[in-house]
Amino acid sequence: MDPQVAVNGYIAHAPGYVLNDGPKLITSRFVHDDSFTLARYEATGGYEGLRAALETTPATVHDEVRAATLLGRGGAGFPAGVKWGFLPPGKHPYYLVVNGDESEPGTYKDRLLMERDPHQLIEGCLIACYALGLQQCFLYVRGEMAVAQERIAAALNEAYEAGYVGRGICGTDFSVDIVMAWGAGAYIVGEETALIESLEGRRGMPRLKPPYFPAAVGLYGQPTIVNNVETLSNLPWLMVNGSDAYRQYGSESSPGTRMFAVSGHLRRPGVYEVEHGVTTFQELIYGDNFCQGIRDGHELKMFIPGGGSAPWFFAEHLDLPLEARPVGAAGSMLGSGAIVIMDDTTDAVKAAWRVVKFFARESCGKCTPCREGTTWLEQILRRILDGDGRPSDIDLLLDMGDNISPGPYPVAAHNGQEAVPFPPRQTTICPLGPSAVAPVVSTIRRFRHEYEAKITRRDPIPIEVAVAGAAS
Amino acid sequence: MTLSPANEALAAEIIGWFPRPRSALIPLLHLAQEQDGYLTDSAMRHVGELVGATPAEVKGTAGFYEMFRFEPVGTYMINVCTNISCLLWGGEELLHHAAESLGVEVGGTTDDGMITLEEAECIAACTEAPCLQVNYRYRGRITPDDFDRLVEDLRADRLDIPHHGALSRVRQSIPAERLAGVVPPEQAREAPVWLARNNVEVAG
Repeated sequence: MDPQVAVNGYIAHAPGYVLNDGPKLITSRFVHDDSFTLARYEATGGYEGLRAALETTPATVHDEVRAATLLGRGGAGFPAGVKWGFLPPGKHPYYLVVNGDESEPGTYKDRLLMERDPHQLIEGCLIACYALGLQQCFLYVRGEMAVAQERIAAALNEAYEAGYVGRGICGTDFSVDIVMAWGAGAYIVGEETALIESLEGRRGMPRLKPPYFPAAVGLYGQPTIVNNVETLSNLPWLMVNGSDAYRQYGSESSPGTRMFAVSGHLRRPGVYEVEHGVTTFQELIYGDNFCQGIRDGHELKMFIPGGGSAPWFFAEHLDLPLEARPVGAAGSMLGSGAIVIMDDTTDAVKAAWRVVKFFARESCGKCTPCREGTTWLEQILRRILDGDGRPSDIDLLLDMGDNISPGPYPVAAHNGQEAVPFPPRQTTICPLGPSAVAPVVSTIRRFRHEYEAKITRRDPIPIEVAVAGAAS
Repeated sequence: MTLSPANEALAAEIIGWFPRPRSALIPLLHLAQEQDGYLTDSAMRHVGELVGATPAEVKGTAGFYEMFRFEPVGTYMINVCTNISCLLWGGEELLHHAAESLGVEVGGTTDDGMITLEEAECIAACTEAPCLQVNYRYRGRITPDDFDRLVEDLRADRLDIPHHGALSRVRQSIPAERLAGVVPPEQAREAPVWLARNNVEVAG
């Protein structure tokens, strides 16, 4: 099929994706409605990156990824080449686990990459396996993503049949099995050690640290690399074009492109492939080439810059570039590439409650401060919304947040206050608990009056009336 | 019900792709749920025998994951997202409408056994808010009218959506001659040949 026509940037067969001007390193095939087939993939340069890798040594491939400063796209932004280097020499077997358990509120780019270009991801896995000396790769797809599972299963079947995966890949002695595994509904499984637990057939609860990296102790206790879908999807382009070409895009410390899902009160919400590190929030939210501004007649009130776990930003942060370091220094994180825009009609307490409710529901229950704390935060926010709030509730919320995440919580600078840089401290094994504190602290700092208005709204019942009622 | 002979054969194949049988637990539970629409005690017991887990371990694991159900549900499960991006575009109102229109509480199943309504957490279609899934297939930018039409279509069997429990309609299958070979970790201590050939060791 010919490339499909985009209407206002949207393409009918890829809902949500916006084809705008700018380099397309990982979404270049999205315009084709058959982009997930091997035929289309091969006709558009597919598996050329794998061939390029096979013509050189594994160490050279690793060097190339290191030289590209390919940052992990799952949330932490850790350089993939450095992470790969943590594998202890000689402790075979190593495993590659692909994290396709995308569930962070506001985030969806891995789903599009899995649905629209599964072969690109598979090729990325192969390149990583070749570079690292891995013979087993597990591609873990979120349970609720039936179509992504369908496309990946079909693509793996095609790739095995065509000799790209399995024994003797492309006629060489490089052999690796890629097996699709999938989850069954648990946000916490996106945490890499919880993902490994799930892949071992257990409850998806994060493992105690240290060891901090599965590269030391991972799947079946063996050295394991866990990479995000988008990270691996960059490898085919990188192998064909080289790290110098890759570094032409984006900024010095954040090269290449990155996918951002920008949702909320926008005129053109969508998933955009954006030059990493150079585009600003301002351009992304208001630019004609991107989201084209807040919906008609309204103004920006606040936004979440990096998924549900990120502290919230406001209008004065629009000038920041989409780059991890400055966003972290300003008190939040770019996280998983999810930006949620809220306009002036949004109830700050309600919005914070909804994000907290998510974390309360998804807490795995392993660490007490998170298991109890997220639930309490949710209940107190709920009673404030229901008109049953108490004057002490604001301090109580902050105090409970401090039990999950002690010390100054990351917060954006405003009103002459200094920003507290990301990340927060935590009394928990993983960052889920501290993430629930983000919307609470962000909104109390900024919109304390909204909380107070809801709390004082309650009309106390005069005691004599209650007594009279009881007597009758 | 225990797994059918055909599903048991499928289960054996899937177990063979993992270095440890227990890793196949979640995929096999999905297989059981696809067969029966929910997880029966006998299916869980059977799956446990296949992967070497006790019934308590199987149920304890399955219970952690929201998609596994221990009671029958509707032919179609509708998950309406109300998380932040959907909240901003009326996800809560859509859920209320859905409950009213179906005549069920959230979490309940219609009397005809066709539809179970659930409130979902973020399902990764945030720019298409408010969104929902029908048996994990997406529908975006849903109005109350759209919802009612969707329910009519589901009841009239006009949509190409498999029954609850069926996820991917394509199964991975690996031809025996193409399988590189799966062994437990303790039997794979050697560096792979292509690394040895290049005489390069991976190091930091």
